[in-house]
Amino acid sequence: MPDEVFIYVIVFGTLLGTLTFAAVLVWFERRLLGLWQDRLGPNRVGPFGIGLALADILKLLTKEDWIPPFADRIVFIFAPTAVLIAMFMGFTVIPWAPGVQIVDLNIGLLFFLGMTSLAVYSVLLGGLASHNKYSLLGALRAGAQMVSYEVFMGLSLMGVVMLAGSFSLVDIVNAQQDLWFVVSQPLGFFVFLIAGIAESHRLPFDLPEAEHELVAGFHTEYSGMKFGMFMLGEYLGVILISSIMATVFFGGWLGPDFLPPFFWLAIKIFTLICFFVLLRAAIPRPRFDQLMSLGWKIMLPLTLANLLVTGGIVLLTGYQP
Amino acid sequence: MIGALISQIRTLWTVLQHTFTPADTVEYPAKPGWFGVTKNSTKVGPYLAPRYRGRIVLTRDPDGVERCVACNLCAVVCPADCIALQKTEDENGRWYPEFFRINFSRCIMCGFCEEACPTYSIQLTPDFEMCEYDRQNLVYEKDNLLIDGPGKYPDYSFYRISGMAIGGKGKGEAENEAPPADVRSLLP
Ligand code: SF4
Ligand code: SF4
Repeated sequence: MPDEVFIYVIVFGTLLGTLTFAAVLVWFERRLLGLWQDRLGPNRVGPFGIGLALADILKLLTKEDWIPPFADRIVFIFAPTAVLIAMFMGFTVIPWAPGVQIVDLNIGLLFFLGMTSLAVYSVLLGGLASHNKYSLLGALRAGAQMVSYEVFMGLSLMGVVMLAGSFSLVDIVNAQQDLWFVVSQPLGFFVFLIAGIAESHRLPFDLPEAEHELVAGFHTEYSGMKFGMFMLGEYLGVILISSIMATVFFGGWLGPDFLPPFFWLAIKIFTLICFFVLLRAAIPRPRFDQLMSLGWKIMLPLTLANLLVTGGIVLLTGYQP
Repeated sequence: MIGALISQIRTLWTVLQHTFTPADTVEYPAKPGWFGVTKNSTKVGPYLAPRYRGRIVLTRDPDGVERCVACNLCAVVCPADCIALQKTEDENGRWYPEFFRINFSRCIMCGFCEEACPTYSIQLTPDFEMCEYDRQNLVYEKDNLLIDGPGKYPDYSFYRISGMAIGGKGKGEAENEAPPADVRSLLP
């Protein structure tokens, strides 16, 4: 296959694959929540209720798409698009299998961090443009939460970068031939996991939309497909964070030979997503000040200590990646 | 902090164990449930206790006479104001309702009527399958309400116990009742 065609195949494959997966995830998550809460979950449309994914999309597309007259029109429309763009851009650096990747940037990890940071703007702008006090509070929380968790989200990955000696995700995966980084960097993984949940503002850290106190938080005024885009963005965020986690800490596509590399990555991503859902099923939401003090008083020092120890060991042993 | 973390991890583990416990949901009416039988015995659903508050019936006493004495207490107590009845008398002077109407589209199945009834006539039953496409069909007349049995109280008969004189039963002839005293015999 000529390179030109191949890259298009990867691009559209990634686009459609992640989109479909995000839509199915809405259904899958609810079934899984049902399983863990001893319920059935949605099981009416089609086999096992999987038609719900399609029905949900149809519903969102045909609902009235209302822009409140008091909202800031342009920003209001732009905000949900921003999250989708940022999330899709994040997927460009994920290596699905050896050689199957949209672009192998030598700063791949930084690019991913940058894109997830851009997603904050979507939430912030959406909340601000709505001219609604609940939205504003949601946006305020989102801003504070995501900015502070971003700090050590990046830092927690630096230990891995030190050990791999590169920001490129392909190099990071290849550096895990012998040992997954989750074993050599357990603290880094733990912090990244927590930061990742906070970054994709999923339960238990979904304070920006905390239904019981803020109506629906930053997307209170959104309806129809614009709301759908926020929703899609959230699920894409879950997939993206899981993909990065699988790549950086669980050896990406690496695995025994009897399955093709992509399947190994898919299995890892899938397991991580199930873990995200388990968190949602089990853990209650903390108070906002608890969230902030957890971030700044515990997570940040932990990350710095991890960085220091990793750096010290690399210096002392003269470890060469 | 460590304690909190351990507690969270224990929570996760507990919830994870529920992967292998069966769901409590009964897929009524699509699939059979586990026990209990509803009115058409082919359909199996969740167990409903005998005191379940569902469709209302009017019962008869052990002699097969309708129990309702048209006292209107149920209509008065009903918070949804959905009972309507009209009193009339038979040749023995016994009261009974000329019509008795319950509008189930308004009834909230609170059971107050059952508690207010002095004759155990009106009773709620463990049946809730009474959906209709036409709202008017939810208005039940006496024909629809009256059943042939005594319901939850098989032995109770109001007229056998109360002191009320009625055709076939004079003053003082009820159960556990002494004949009325002749007031003149009490004179000094
Ligand atoms: S159950 Fe309650 S609402 Fe229904 S008829 Fe009796 S008193 Fe009225
Ligand atoms: S309270 Fe009982 S006896 Fe009185 S009218 Fe109602 S059903 Fe009849």
